[in-house]
Amino acid sequence: MSQQAQDQILGFIRSRFPQVEIGEAEDIFQIGFVNSLFAMELVMFVEKTFSVTVPNEELRIDNFRTATSMAALVGRLSPEAVGV
Amino acid sequence: MSNAIALGQAADEVTDRASARAFVQAHIAPYGNEFERAGRLPEQLLERIGAAGLWAPFLPTEVGGAGMDMVTLGHVHEEIGRGCSSVRSLLTVHTMVAWALQRWGSAEQRERWTAALCSGAALGAFCLSEPEAGSDATGIRTSATRSGGGWTLDGVKTWITNGQRADLFLVFARTAGSIGAFLVPRNTPGVTVSAIPEILGTRASMLGTVTFTDARVGPEALLGPSGFTAGMMLTGTLDLGRYSVAAGSVGIIQACLEACAVYSNRRTVNGAPLRTLQLIQAKVTDMVTDVRAARLLYEEAGRLKDAGEASTIMATWVAKYFASTAAARHASEAVQIHGANGCGPDYPVARYYRDAKVMEIIEGSNEVQRITIAGEAYREMNL
Repeated sequence: MSQQAQDQILGFIRSRFPQVEIGEAEDIFQIGFVNSLFAMELVMFVEKTFSVTVPNEELRIDNFRTATSMAALVGRLSPEAVGV
Repeated sequence: MSNAIALGQAADEVTDRASARAFVQAHIAPYGNEFERAGRLPEQLLERIGAAGLWAPFLPTEVGGAGMDMVTLGHVHEEIGRGCSSVRSLLTVHTMVAWALQRWGSAEQRERWTAALCSGAALGAFCLSEPEAGSDATGIRTSATRSGGGWTLDGVKTWITNGQRADLFLVFARTAGSIGAFLVPRNTPGVTVSAIPEILGTRASMLGTVTFTDARVGPEALLGPSGFTAGMMLTGTLDLGRYSVAAGSVGIIQACLEACAVYSNRRTVNGAPLRTLQLIQAKVTDMVTDVRAARLLYEEAGRLKDAGEASTIMATWVAKYFASTAAARHASEAVQIHGANGCGPDYPVARYYRDAKVMEIIEGSNEVQRITIAGEAYREMNL
């Protein structure tokens, strides 16, 4: 898992919810602000930023709960992109 | 009745705005009022749309599409919307189904449906709205229950564009504790369709109510995982639908502008053409200004889609809100400029007026759009 990928993802989430303190291990779905629109934006951000396509089998809510889990997903989909 | 409508000749492949305009001028615009009166689109036109490669040109060439970018797709839908919103409506829902299949379909699902959706051999319809659930998509009651290794669907979907004609329904249904999207062929036992007559606008879009009564489909009917993905599928398909409606609404404004320019140039009052009156010029000016602004908005949303930028979703909300409200406003003014002639069947503006009102409701009502857009504004300012 890349710290850089995690930071980029966290930066995107914080930019969308600047009023909330969000840590890398924080469950964004439990915060209560996330809806299907943001979920779609999140998937698009991950795919665009890291040049990956998230396949159906990885489109699980657990993969998108935290910046850490999303960075791990990016690592699985494109190891070279995050230097692992 | 549809066969009685004589259509123009020859359909060439549509690849851009210019070829789309030529297609619409030859096969759609002159017949828009006839389509409306017939309450359906002729099969011959549906075949011509297929021959022109218009059903799903955004799909990759390797699966039968043309790899058309989203900005160009918007131009095509604008031109078709300029000619007839009912035709554009069919393309909108078909686009939503074909895109969802390409994005989330399994290899088997794509193998079964993609080529047919590209050619128009199978037409798609998007089944979300229900008698008691429109803007509140989470309120849907149609159920999908696991049975015999597959699924059993029960419920009613209504206001379904192309419901009367579609071969494949993309149905959103409630599963155990979640929502799933299902590909349901029209000929599935337990699926019945009734026509919705006397609709305000897009009267030729073959609206239907689709009822599922113990309709059993196999496990392969589920499109993508349910739950998290179904929510995104809903967001993604509606986003694309909104984009198409935004472009189609720009087409309505352009059609109003063209009709009003021609009419006010010819029609005289007190010995002078209507166009010499400053109040008429003011209305035409506002049409020119708004059509350009609305076009820029959807084109920007299209560029963001082509770039894979997440910000396209909000850009599309803004484009659709602006274009649809402007279309309704200018269609009303177009009728006003035409006077009593605008209220009758000899000019297209009464149809534009009816169709434009529908644009303010479908794919997210204006009220929902305002809530979403305002919410984004506050969020951007950290308020």
